[in-house]
Amino acid sequence: MLVSVYRYNPETDSKPSMQNYEIELPEGRDLMVLDVLGLIKKQDPSIAYRRSCREGVCGSDGMNINGVNGLGCITPVSVATKGGNKLVIRPLPGLPVVRDLVVDMSIFYDQFEKVKPFLINDTPAPAIERLQSPEDRAKLDGLYECILCACCSTNCPSFWWNPDKFIGPAGLLMAYRFLADTRDNATEERLEDLQDPFSVFRCRGIMNCVAVCPKGLNPTKAIGHIRHMLLQRGA
Amino acid sequence: MSGIRKISFDALIVGGGGAGMRASLQLSQSGYKTAVLSKVFPTRSHTVSAQGGITCAIASDDPNDDWRWHMYDTVKGSDYIGDQEAIEYMCSEGPQTVFELEHMGLPFSRTENGRIYQRPFGGQSKNFGKGGQASRTCAAADRTGHALLHTLYQGNIKNETVFFNEWYAVDLVRNEDGVVVGVVAICIETGETVFIESKATVLATGGAGRIFASTTNALINTGDGIGMALRAGYPMQDMEMWQFHPTGIHGAGTLVTEGCRGEGGYLINKDGERFMERYAPNAKDLAGRDVVARSMVQEILAGKGCGPKGDHVLLKLDHLGEKVLNEKLPGILELSRTFAHVDPIKEPIPVIPTCHYMMGGIPTNVNGQAITQNADGEDELIHGLFAVGEAACVSVHGANRLGGNSLLDLVVFGRAAGKHIESMLGQGIEYRDASQSDIEKAMVRLNRLNNSTEGENVADLREELQEIMQNYFGVFRTGDFMREGVKKLEALRPRIGNVKLGDKSNAFNTARIEALELENLLEVAEATALSAEGRTESRGAHAREDFQERDDENWLCHSVYHPTERKLTKRAVNFAPKMVDKFEPMIRTY
Repeated sequence: MLVSVYRYNPETDSKPSMQNYEIELPEGRDLMVLDVLGLIKKQDPSIAYRRSCREGVCGSDGMNINGVNGLGCITPVSVATKGGNKLVIRPLPGLPVVRDLVVDMSIFYDQFEKVKPFLINDTPAPAIERLQSPEDRAKLDGLYECILCACCSTNCPSFWWNPDKFIGPAGLLMAYRFLADTRDNATEERLEDLQDPFSVFRCRGIMNCVAVCPKGLNPTKAIGHIRHMLLQRGA
Repeated sequence: MSGIRKISFDALIVGGGGAGMRASLQLSQSGYKTAVLSKVFPTRSHTVSAQGGITCAIASDDPNDDWRWHMYDTVKGSDYIGDQEAIEYMCSEGPQTVFELEHMGLPFSRTENGRIYQRPFGGQSKNFGKGGQASRTCAAADRTGHALLHTLYQGNIKNETVFFNEWYAVDLVRNEDGVVVGVVAICIETGETVFIESKATVLATGGAGRIFASTTNALINTGDGIGMALRAGYPMQDMEMWQFHPTGIHGAGTLVTEGCRGEGGYLINKDGERFMERYAPNAKDLAGRDVVARSMVQEILAGKGCGPKGDHVLLKLDHLGEKVLNEKLPGILELSRTFAHVDPIKEPIPVIPTCHYMMGGIPTNVNGQAITQNADGEDELIHGLFAVGEAACVSVHGANRLGGNSLLDLVVFGRAAGKHIESMLGQGIEYRDASQSDIEKAMVRLNRLNNSTEGENVADLREELQEIMQNYFGVFRTGDFMREGVKKLEALRPRIGNVKLGDKSNAFNTARIEALELENLLEVAEATALSAEGRTESRGAHAREDFQERDDENWLCHSVYHPTERKLTKRAVNFAPKMVDKFEPMIRTY
């Protein structure tokens, strides 16, 4: 199969280019895109990409595969190529490239940290756990599972435009994860932090985030809940 | 050569998984200047892959649950070479540690009365083995490791821990008094090499499952801390003890949690028979992992395996129903569909015992202080060096770890090491500065690699190493075969020592990191091989066909591998818990 990979080494290349590799895929097995990168790296150790768990839970290997953001380790070649014979792998869009498929995620992490992604509860903790009903706990489903792979935020035109001011889908999903947690009592403080015109309201409901989330999460819905809370607070 | 840049901290944690970040959290909360150095962004650490839960007697499922019962199970599970003082500490401190995680925000699943949900796991009992199966594993659906790791990262952000993310530790730096005073590390993004100086260096580098060809472990699990300690001449304990998890997905190696069997799933052979009833009449599919893994291999060897090659068995879940599976095991549904191409709601998952966990590691006391043996075989502290989590051997797991005890080990001993370092720093410690030549010693292998002009390819050598370990040191072992494996590893050493780095560039050079990791894999593999060959008995995960019985007379002890002399010595197991009577070794049946 023809695999075309984005290459850029800041020390040796004046500009990025696509490098083609002819890779022999094993018969009768549908490899994951990450496996294909592994085969390429055997031939050409200079290619750089991130990877860790290789099972879709660590979020290291977000990349753009045949035009769609996803995790290399759980994207089968057959799905990526839609049965075609060319695989095109690029770094996640919208972030500075460090080298090859490795992007600088600093601004993504900065936005994550901005929402105070930790439980705030100043009341003295009980001797056992804080109680929470299964119904209240269920409000966190679809929120806490985020793996910070950045597939969503780097697929979002609003984030491309204002990555320093718009929190982006991943960060807002996390913001709502704590707003929705009955054990957290900093709702007012959290909403105050988010009420400017950019942090939340730059979301235009394009839903590019939902389309690519490898964990099947829905940041747009979470953003909708935050908007609702902000509007109610303002009223 | 001019000196490299130096950065100084009160405490340096190498590794950003559950153990490392629990230790750093403790220290940051007390205001000490603490750094975590991790070769990946912390939430990419392998803790994230833990599924089923964290075992702990919090008395939610059973209000009468008792940490002593958990201790009994853990001692028995260890096949009696777990240190009872350490196990007692883990089981008794456990509840407080788990409640702290909950207070930090860990989104545990809940019971109807609002408490933390607990599920049954293998090897668990009530009333010291006499009260039937217990449900003691605290769970956040089947994503407990993810929830725990993210919660700890969040806690560290809140407490402003300094993170060196995507930095790689090359080797330990020791001053002229032999005290560990930090590490030489590379910033992966820029290639800069730095001496990070610290009054306490904590190795929290996790396991090394990548020494095997088939493993549930992440690609990053290359035993970097073990390699560093062995190169510094420090001994390893119980390195023959590797856990093969019964249920890795056949072909892919990805883990399917024991929680599946805890929730009522069971294993079947090609005749559809629930074969564990024959091997473990009481606990059945929830016997110890070593017992279940061996039974599976025996079924396969007896011709009762499934599939065209008869090379795996099946894990049946469909009888639990769609609702339970969606609620309790959503991650397993995802993984099975992706990697096994089966939908567990309708059909069973093909599974095979797969290398999962390193029970051995750097010997430590309950404070995480690393230990070596002097010439008389007595314990001696290694000043400045600590180890926690899978890289350490406290030892709470002995010859076989119980499911759910690894996450507990991480947070209990990460916290304990943090507390101990806190009190040391409070009393004030000063070590002699490392000299230029002390630092250069830690750069030897990096310099060699950077100057390499010829040699073999990293990926090919790594594959060879993994095949040797898989073939000669797997679930069942024999002396002759292992000696052959040892020879093959010996032959591999000069070739790995001469590996070639073609690409010398600085920016995010993963080829350089993989070459450095390969040397660590070799160190771990050799320690494993020689320890396995040396322990002439069968105990826990170490099953020898030429020595099939447990031999308490000679081997009710730890093995200690000394890298400089390449020899094995023994170390006494601790049978002196502080609050309860010791548990005497018994025949281990389930």
